[in-house]
Parts: sequence; C-alpha cells; structure tokens
Amino acid sequence: MKLTREEVQRVASLARLRFTPEDEERLTKQLDNILRYMEKLNQLDTSRIEPFTHAANTKTPMREDAITNEPNADALLANAPAQENHFFQVPKIIE
Amino acid sequence: MSLAEITLHEAREKLRRREFSAQELTEAVFRRISETEEKLHSYITLSRDTALREAKQADELLRTDTSPHSLLGIPIAVKDNFLTRGIRTTCASKFLENFIPPYDSTTIKKLRAGCAVIIGKTNLDEFAMGSSGENSAFFVTRNPWATDRVPGGSSGGSAAAVAADQCIVGLGTDTGGSIRQPAAFCGVVGLKPTYGRVSRYGIIAFASSMDQVGPITKDVRDCALMLEVIAGYDPADSTSANLPAPQYSASLTGDVKGLRIGIPKEYFVSGIQPAVQQAVREAVRQLERNGATIIDISLPHTEFAVAVYYIVATAEASSNLARYDGMRYGHRASAKDLTETYTSSRAEGFGPEVKRRIMLGTYALSAGYYDAYYLKAQKVRTLIKKDFDEALKCCDAIIAPTAPTTAFKIGEKTQDPLQMYLSDIYTISVNLAGLPALSLPCGFDSEGLPIGMQIIGRHFDESTVLAIAYAYEQSMDWGKRKPDL
Repeated sequence: MKLTREEVQRVASLARLRFTPEDEERLTKQLDNILRYMEKLNQLDTSRIEPFTHAANTKTPMREDAITNEPNADALLANAPAQENHFFQVPKIIE
Repeated sequence: MSLAEITLHEAREKLRRREFSAQELTEAVFRRISETEEKLHSYITLSRDTALREAKQADELLRTDTSPHSLLGIPIAVKDNFLTRGIRTTCASKFLENFIPPYDSTTIKKLRAGCAVIIGKTNLDEFAMGSSGENSAFFVTRNPWATDRVPGGSSGGSAAAVAADQCIVGLGTDTGGSIRQPAAFCGVVGLKPTYGRVSRYGIIAFASSMDQVGPITKDVRDCALMLEVIAGYDPADSTSANLPAPQYSASLTGDVKGLRIGIPKEYFVSGIQPAVQQAVREAVRQLERNGATIIDISLPHTEFAVAVYYIVATAEASSNLARYDGMRYGHRASAKDLTETYTSSRAEGFGPEVKRRIMLGTYALSAGYYDAYYLKAQKVRTLIKKDFDEALKCCDAIIAPTAPTTAFKIGEKTQDPLQMYLSDIYTISVNLAGLPALSLPCGFDSEGLPIGMQIIGRHFDESTVLAIAYAYEQSMDWGKRKPDL
C-alpha cells in the first residue's frame, strides 16, 4: 500500500468529509489503486515542458465594472437552510 | 407515428406551416413521457405547467407569423445541472435536492429568448461525475435500447430522453465525454463544442477548465441549429471566447471532397470491442468513398490521458465543491459547532463517487503532493494538446470511436472506479485539449446496441466537424432506427 489510512483521514479532514471505518478502509484501497495507476505519468520526462494554462489562448476580455444584477435578497434567502430577520442564520463561531 | 418523433428542423417548419400547434407538440411529448418514463426514468423534474404555458405563448407568436424566434415552440429536455430560474435544480445530488435557482444560466436565457418549451430537468451522475448515470443520488436512468443497460453518463437522462422521443432536443454538459458517450450509447447525436464556444455561466461547476455545454439531438442538422442558438460570447463567463459564431447549418452541404481525415492508430488497440472497431472503420471507408482523404496519424500521449484527466478534473472539482458548506443553500446537518456542521452536511449530502473525487483532488492539491500529481498532470496535458495541434496541421478532422464498447450492463462497473474511469479513454483527451467533438451513430452491435463514432475538429471549427457528420449521416442514416419501447 502506498496510501495509508492516516493519510486518508488527513485528506478527509482537509476536505471537510467524514467516513465510517468500513468506508474508509474501502476508500483507502480504491484511492491507492487509482494513485498507482497515475504513477504511469512518471514514465515521461517533463522537465522542459510548461504546464498547461488555457486551451485556445484567448485573451481575457475587459468589461465595464458596473452592477448588472439588482439586489434581490428575498430570492437569495429563499434557499437558506435557516434565516432570521433577512439574514442567513449560521452556527455560532465565537463562544 | 407519434408527433414526438419529429426532429427540430422538421418541427420548426411544420409549426410555421401550422400543420400542428406548439401545444399539440408539447402534449405529444408529455404523452410519450407518460408512456415510457416508468421504464426509463430520464427526468428528475418535469415542468409540465410552465411548459404548457410556454407552448401556448409560442402558439400566440406563431399566429402573428413574423417571429424570428429560433426555437419557437420546441420542447427541450435540460440536464439538471443548468440553473433554471424557478425550476428545481438538483445536479442529481441530495445536497441540492430542494434547490430552486434564483436566476437562469446563459444557455437557458437563450432558450427562453428563442421561445423554447422547457419540458423538464434530466437525470445525470451526481455533479456530472460519472460515465454511466449510476451515480445519480435519486435513481438510475435506463438505456432505451436495452433497459438492463446504462444510458451512459453523465448526461444519460438527456440522451435517453432524445433517443426515446421524450423531447425534441436535449441539452447536456461534457467535461470528459458526458455528452458524447451517452449519445453513442443511446444512438443519438451529441456535440461538445470548443472550450469557450458556449457560455458556462449558470452551469453547476465540476471541472472549470474542461466543462462545456452542448446539444444532444436526433440528427446532425438539429445539432447545428442548436449550436447556432447557444454559441457566442458571454461577458458573464470570463473564459467565453469573444469570436463570432458562424451559421453552422450553412456548412451542411453533404460534400466532404478534399477534406483530410486523420485516423489515430492509438485509438484502435486491444480493449476495444470488435464490433465498435469494425463499425468505425467501415464509416471511415464510407467517407473515403464520399471523397474524403484518409490519413494515418499518431497521438502518442493518448495512454496518459486518463491519468491526467482524473488528476486535473478531481483537483478542480475538489476546489469547486468547497462552496457546498450548508450555509446559504443546500443541505445543512444539525451539529454542535461550525466545523462539525460543514463536515456532517457534506458527509450526508454527497454520494460516494463525489466524495471519492473530492478526496482524490484534495490529495493531488495538498502540500507535498502538488508537484508530483497536479503540476505533473498539467505538464503532460501540454503534451496531449501538442499531439492534437501537430496532427491537426496535416488533417482537417480526426475520427475515432466515441467509446471502446457499446452500453454496458447496470452494475457491471460500479465496484471498480478505475475500470469505470478507463471507459472514458477516447473522449477525455478532447476535453484536456479543449477541442470540439461530435458523436453520431455508425452502426449496431450483434445485440442491437448503437455504436458511436467521434469526429474531432480544430479549435472553434465546429463547422468542419458538422459538415463531415452530416455527409456521413446522409449516406448511412443509422439514426433513423428507433428503440422498441
């Protein structure tokens, strides 16, 4: 095994994900298998190759810095899991 | 024949001649859906009430008879990862099960401006991540040609809906083959335009350097007509190309004389189903008889494409999906503190494949692994793009199979994610290089399953791709065959 359970736990915490012990074990094997496959890229010498940036090299266009969307708090709040007094309600972060 | 079997270009003409009304056409489509949907499960959400209202408005416009609207009264199926104002948009994820977008994606705005009738939102792999449709959080769409088989993915619902006449045309997105592979599996036409050709604004992001919107249609002419509507510059998408979009239907002359078509030797290797290989080779011979010149070419870095793609795509996905934190929209778990709320919301809201890809992408971008995986993959991506640039100097387009096999059985590949990833081998290089490519039917295997052929063009040269596809379709017409439902 190239990938350890501990690494999977570390990455899960970075990604804000959580797995049951059984899922974690299966995932470790699957990811290990996929990462081993990806090692085939090391067959290529890329020391003089520039990393890819854009497919068609078109310039990023400029535009006026103008407001195009009208404020619409009601529409935006309509999908909020919790709201109060026209604000998104979120868990307390400071005790 | 049901009215729902009609193509976009036929419907457009007959609506103008008042042979039937937009309301009759829309009713016929909903009747077809109610007859077949229990077998297929193409749609997550049907928007019957608004569709009938749109059809009624279309009929009023048709009465005035001066309307230039391109899609006037045409029933369209939309993949459920396009934001549709007021129509639930789930991306086939529990996380967005109840999400109602406050705005329309640019493509939907264009459909509405063209007075299309939006029938509903079609099933997909959750967040468009999958090659079979089986990663939908809700249900598995069935292939209309054999209901124990997958429709392909991720735009499986749209492809199945088009093949089964549950709409007139469909819309999909393609990040690694998600329009072309389901089009091949379902025996219809699917086009992934050049990266930058169609606006990505309002598409739920998966891998932003490759995501692209495109049509899924019953024939090549419909594909050209749809591209005319959706192509073009959009200031709301910073990667949208500021180039004029030609009148694609004008390129459908049926003439391929003098065109040079490249056949990459790396795409005809072991692992490909013999019937697929034969059908594509025979199609190439047909184009040669029509006057095209066939050239053997090489795309030497093809074997590295799957590895590159599943690093780049998952890295971008892990970053794009960081926005799903359960604060402003989507699923929120109840938990004791903020971090726990994030973690539980995501653990409950995302399905296994989405989590697997977030994990892979987070790993590839994390400290200590970035150079070995992400940077390495982006360098090999440069080599893959150069292969195409070189090849397309000596030919006008490239022909290859769309997928190595015809539609596989439901459940056949779900246990081994790597095997599933490898089924994308022929489509993903095109996304890595940002090129346009179209899949169209070129035969059937011994079990009666459709085979797809892929035509790949130069950047922003969808016209040549469509011209070749049209010429082939005119001489063969596999697409006229319908599944028996």
